[in-house]
Amino acid sequence: MYDVAIIGGGVIGCAIARELSRFHIRTVLLERNAEVGFGTTKTNSGIIHAGHHDSADTLKGRLVVSGSLMFDQLAQELNFGFRRIGELVVARGDEEVGTLEKLKALGDEKGVPGLEIWDAKRLRREEPNLSHKLVAALHAPSAGVINPYEFAFALIESAVTNGLELLVDSPVLDIDAGKDRLTLHLPEGKTIEAGFVLNCAGVFSDKVAGMVGLEDFSIRPRKGEEYMLDKRLEGLVRRLVFPVPTKTSKGILVIPTFDGTIMVGPTAEDTDDRYDLATTYEGSEKVFGFIRDICPSITIKDTITEFAGLRAVSSTNDFVIGPTRVRGFINVAGIQSPGLTAAPAIAIHTREILQAEGLVMQPKDDFDPVVAGPPRFATLQTDEQKALVESDPLFGKIACRCELVTEAEIHHAIDHGARTLDGIKFRSRAGMGRCQGGFCTSRCMDILSERLEVPLEEVTKRGGDSWMVTPMQNEQHPPSTGEED
Amino acid sequence: MLGRVESSYDVVVVGGGPAGMAAALGARDSGCERVLILDREPEAGGILLQCIHSGFGLHYFKEELTGPEYAERFFERTLDHDIDILPDSYVSGVAIDSDGTKSVRVLNSERGLSTVQTRSVVLAMGCRERTRGSVRIPGTRPAGIMTAGLAQKLVNMRGLLPGRRVAILGSGDIGLIMARRLVLEGCDVAGVFELMPYSNGLTRNVVQCLDDFGIPLHLSTTVAYIDGRDRVERITVAPVDDTLAPIMGRSRDVECDTLLFSIGLIPENELSQSLGIELDVVTGGPLVSSTLETSMPGMFACGNVLHVHDLVDFVTQESLRAGRFAGEWAQGLRRPKDNIQLLPGDNVRYCVPHTLSPERDHTIYLRCKQAMAPCYIRVGNILEKKLRFVVPAEMIMLNLSPSLLEKFHGDSLRIDITEAGGKETS
Ligand SMILES: Cc1cc2nc3c(=O)[nH]c(=O)nc-3n(C[C@H](O)[C@H](O)[C@H](O)COP(=O)(O)OP(=O)(O)OC[C@H]3O[C@@H](n4cnc5c(N)ncnc54)[C@H](O)[C@@H]3O)c2cc1C
Ligand SMILES: Cc1cc2nc3c(=O)[nH]c(=O)nc-3n(C[C@H](O)[C@H](O)[C@H](O)COP(=O)(O)OP(=O)(O)OC[C@H]3O[C@@H](n4cnc5c(N)ncnc54)[C@H](O)[C@@H]3O)c2cc1C
Repeated sequence: MYDVAIIGGGVIGCAIARELSRFHIRTVLLERNAEVGFGTTKTNSGIIHAGHHDSADTLKGRLVVSGSLMFDQLAQELNFGFRRIGELVVARGDEEVGTLEKLKALGDEKGVPGLEIWDAKRLRREEPNLSHKLVAALHAPSAGVINPYEFAFALIESAVTNGLELLVDSPVLDIDAGKDRLTLHLPEGKTIEAGFVLNCAGVFSDKVAGMVGLEDFSIRPRKGEEYMLDKRLEGLVRRLVFPVPTKTSKGILVIPTFDGTIMVGPTAEDTDDRYDLATTYEGSEKVFGFIRDICPSITIKDTITEFAGLRAVSSTNDFVIGPTRVRGFINVAGIQSPGLTAAPAIAIHTREILQAEGLVMQPKDDFDPVVAGPPRFATLQTDEQKALVESDPLFGKIACRCELVTEAEIHHAIDHGARTLDGIKFRSRAGMGRCQGGFCTSRCMDILSERLEVPLEEVTKRGGDSWMVTPMQNEQHPPSTGEED
Repeated sequence: MLGRVESSYDVVVVGGGPAGMAAALGARDSGCERVLILDREPEAGGILLQCIHSGFGLHYFKEELTGPEYAERFFERTLDHDIDILPDSYVSGVAIDSDGTKSVRVLNSERGLSTVQTRSVVLAMGCRERTRGSVRIPGTRPAGIMTAGLAQKLVNMRGLLPGRRVAILGSGDIGLIMARRLVLEGCDVAGVFELMPYSNGLTRNVVQCLDDFGIPLHLSTTVAYIDGRDRVERITVAPVDDTLAPIMGRSRDVECDTLLFSIGLIPENELSQSLGIELDVVTGGPLVSSTLETSMPGMFACGNVLHVHDLVDFVTQESLRAGRFAGEWAQGLRRPKDNIQLLPGDNVRYCVPHTLSPERDHTIYLRCKQAMAPCYIRVGNILEKKLRFVVPAEMIMLNLSPSLLEKFHGDSLRIDITEAGGKETS
């Protein structure tokens, strides 16, 4: 029996798991996918908002500001990529300047630091590649960018180090609500019992609530398509660029990601399919059509890769966080944008709810807040590289030549939770470069197969049915050159 | 000697594929004693090691060899010629001293990070394949999408299949060869889909790999959508209009679990770029003089890193020459600078080298933009040749002798390909 069971290993579940691991309670996290962070957490803009976009009347509007302020300390403890690069909301005509002033007033009131209105001249000097037709901008220096998956991986690693039990490939199929406990049903008749259940199931959180008979909110996924641009464009724009929001849309953004690559998006289209992660012709038309007025030198031809994510938009249009009429069942649901930014604040808020609901928590004396973060051979100085190769010869073996990732880093990723090729890629960057895994995939598959002790045909891209290879049907054609390596 | 490495050399070759091995032999041939080949793979041979089909060496050895056999012959020659080969060695940079000496930075798991001194360097890093990212197909991003070269490696070197029902986008040679290979392995190959109205592979491969196996080649057709949650489940294919945009009204779905890309190769020049070597935007390879020297003195380039070749025999030929010039350079021979610019003209996509000198024999490699048959190829007003046909997939080779160039006194020569009997174009 656990004190708390968390359903869903997105950034929300992971942040809560880490917060709870500070205390002497028994917590388990159940994730349906092969790894944490493979839901919406992997497919977003990676922006740590300054907080002036959402009204203080909403829960999301309040949690975003406090969440954002916590990132400096978190990045220091957990060593994930984070940088406050600043943000600009740009006005495309004089009629939009009024909105900038309103946004500034809203932000000032909420305590967003350093907001400043720039005229066209200043804007041109700071960001010469933006459209010269822009008339003014609101500058928010505290907005930042992160690698969102790195953040989730670091949170879960910290939680596990401090005693969390993590179960992946563990979809919760049904829940029985009892008097003093809830029973979670997993595949193959497996069950888990817990005093409290936290519903952090993202776009499926209404379905999970439905398992205990709660139907007071529903989720309608809102798809966002994002387009990553060629490395060549690095540095074209230095800050996040938002258009002035209109009634119907937050608009399309220019996002210099933490790694420096520029991304444009996201779109916002409602969909009924909770698995709909397809990018579309229409989406790309919208994105690049819109961006033309903001940064004219960006065109669709610059795209190197694209993806889509689903925002878990609830029928209340706000976060749904709190206890329910089912004893012990607590929603942390409908965490749409800016959920990534708000995550650390949501974690604390949820912990306080648990305490208010009667869960007694003693802080641990030996809580270790630090996660070292993965080694990054490519970014080191020559002497440091020399020392690493001496300490471990696997640092002398390049697995991914595009991003210069060594075999030691692949092993490190697996030591720290990678179970799939995507898990390796998002932890070590192997396969993220220009050849998109053409060269390193087979080496990464070998290492996974060896380390997880499974045959190659069981190695997957991201779990489930995402197999990579299948054995030959007839064995008359034995491999001619023998095993590689 | 395999595995031996000294601290200094006359010529260091980066990459041990057919280009690198031939360049090393060329350097020895020019009289250099100390030649080293560095390759990051456990074995020399490059891409040839995964090409177990035959068809290599028809021009050079006058017999049909498999890729590994062709590589083996050269490997033995390098050992016979006392060339050092260090495998498992990744070259991550080259520093150039004020006196022109070069320090090659090598990462090797046993030796750690070290540097090797040399007078000249030959770049022979080969090429990589274009991926889905370079063509932009909407849809999902499931498992089962890979380049034809990765599939080739899995099948030929690992004895594994990339999937069971396979579609192939692009008709590059590797895709054509893999179509046949997968059918032989019992896979169902749904078809090869090619955007252009012609195949991008050698005609002999279209015949021997597709026609003989009843695999359909759909020209002027593209993959317009990829669908599947975890694994590819189906693709949507559509004919394209004059602007190469898919005509969705005439699209259809093809059920498959795998989509291979064979949409071209790109020279692997990140190392060259980091050294500040100037590249040709069309070939993606370095700009080279008629001695195959790049814009960096004493640094030479050959093989697929210079421009993508369709036949390994030409790689060998070109690389032997590059190696000889690199060897001469190491021995202090400085030839006068080329004084003739070579320019691609009508229906010529690119030509290599980029400059010529009236002093020597030259071999010029070029590719056309569009198929033409029959046609004339003209080099300025010094050479005119009638060709039966030209196609973009097949490289054209031209020999120019000094006697032809003697008559020429300008500073640039333009190469044009024009229809035979057709109108003159300017
Ligand atoms: C296009 C886009 C851009 C965005 N940009 C930003 C941004 O720039 N800044 C920002 O702050 N926010 C942004 N967001 C919002 C942010 O990404 C989300 O708020 C955040 O990721 C939500 O995290 P989550 O943990 O609630 O959801 P998820 O990451 O989806 O996690 C839910 C997890 O629950 C698991 N699960 C579901 N059902 C079950 C079950 N029955 N049993 C076990 N596990 C289950 C899923 O597999 C999943 O891993 C963006 C969102 C999108 C779509
Ligand atoms: C997947 C694929 C399949 C092909 N199939 C055929 C075919 O069937 N028939 C045909 O005629 N041609 C084929 N080709 C073309 C073939 O590449 C050439 O004919 C020939 O192999 C090119 O020789 P190369 O030496 O230039 O390049 P490669 O054979 O690619 O050799 C380059 C070598 O350089 C090494 N290298 C690169 N960078 C570094 C570095 N930084 N440090 C150390 N070592 C490095 C690589 O590991 C590699 O061994 C194919 C090409 C590819 C990519």
